[in-house]
Amino acid sequence: MRYIEPHGHMVSRTTDDYQDMVTAGCAAVCEPAFWAGFDRSSVDGFHDYFCQLTDYEPKRAAKFGLPHFSWLCINPKESEDVTLATDVIGLIPKFLDRPNVLGIGEIGLNKNSRNEMKVLEAHVDLAARHDQLILVHTPHLEDKLKGTRLILDVLRGDKRIRPERCIIDHVEEHTIQLVLDAGFWAGMTLYPESKCSPARAVDMLDLYSHERIWMNSACDWGVSIPLAVPRTALEMKRRGWPADLIDKVIYRNPIQFLSQCPKFKLP
Amino acid sequence: MTRQQVLDQYFMDARHKLIDLAAFLDRVDRSEGDADFRLAAFRTALKHLAEKKPHRAKRVLLSFSDPTTKPLAKATVKGATGAWPGMK
Repeated sequence: MRYIEPHGHMVSRTTDDYQDMVTAGCAAVCEPAFWAGFDRSSVDGFHDYFCQLTDYEPKRAAKFGLPHFSWLCINPKESEDVTLATDVIGLIPKFLDRPNVLGIGEIGLNKNSRNEMKVLEAHVDLAARHDQLILVHTPHLEDKLKGTRLILDVLRGDKRIRPERCIIDHVEEHTIQLVLDAGFWAGMTLYPESKCSPARAVDMLDLYSHERIWMNSACDWGVSIPLAVPRTALEMKRRGWPADLIDKVIYRNPIQFLSQCPKFKLP
Repeated sequence: MTRQQVLDQYFMDARHKLIDLAAFLDRVDRSEGDADFRLAAFRTALKHLAEKKPHRAKRVLLSFSDPTTKPLAKATVKGATGAWPGMK
C-alpha cells in the first residue's frame, strides 16, 4: 500500500507516529497551519510557528524518509481578532517561496462570524494575488452546514479563484454534494469521535464520487489517528474495492491536486 | 456488496452502537435536573433512524445543523456543542 497524508498536524505528533506512517506506506505528509489549542499572544508566535512548519518539521520528517509539505495561514479559531489576523497575513508572503510551502490553509470559518468572514476573504485575496492553492477548513458539528455555504459564497464570489485549485475539507454527508457540485475538491477527515468514520467515508465514496476527493487523518493534539487513511484503505478492501481504485483515492487523487503546485514533488 | 455481506460485516458493530444509544437514553432518564436543547435535538434526530428512506445519515446531520445563513455578529466561543440551540 502507498498513500499520501494530505492533512496532518505533525508538530503535535511523536516520532513513533512518523515511523508508523512510513511503515504503513505513507509517501508524503502535508501540514496545514493550525490552532495550537490556545490563542497565540502575538504575531511573533506565528512567525516562529511558520518557521517550525517550513524549516524544522521538514527536517524532522526527513529523518524518517518522509517528504513534508506545509500550508500557511492564521486558523479560523484565531480569526476573531482581525488586527492580529491582518498582521499575521502580512507575514505570510515572505514564507511563500520556501520549498515546502504548497499554499494558503487551512483557512475557513469556525463559528461563522463576521470577523471570521473578513479574515477568510483576506486569505482568499492573498492566495489569489500570489497564485496559491487553497485548503479550506469547514466548521465543526452544528456549524458545518452554514459555514460550508458561506465559504462557498466567498470563493465563488472571487472571480480570480479557480475551484479546481481549492479543496474544501472535513465534508460530511450533508455538505459533500454542495462542494463537489460547485467544482471544488472535497476532503474527508477520518476522526474516531467526530467528522467521519472509515465506514462512512467509504459510503460517501460509493454514493458520490471517486473524483476530486481525498481522505486525511487531520491528526493533531486531540483525539485522532495518524493511520486513519491506511485503515480506511483496509475498509475499502474489506468491501471488495479493487486495488487500483484504492490506490487512486489514497495516493493518485491527492497527488493530482497537490501537483498543481510545482513544489509538490515526490522523490 | 450484497445485503447479506453488509449484515455479516456491519451488524455486530451497529448492534453495539444501538445498545450504547439505548443505554445513553436510559442514563439521561435516570439523571435529575433539566435537559438543555441537545436532548431535544437528539430525540428529533433519532426519528430519522426509523424512516425507511435513503440518506438517513445526511438527514440526521441536517437535523443537528444551524439552518440560518447570516454570519454571527461575533464569535464568543470557539467550540461547538453538536446541536443548534435554535431548533424547535
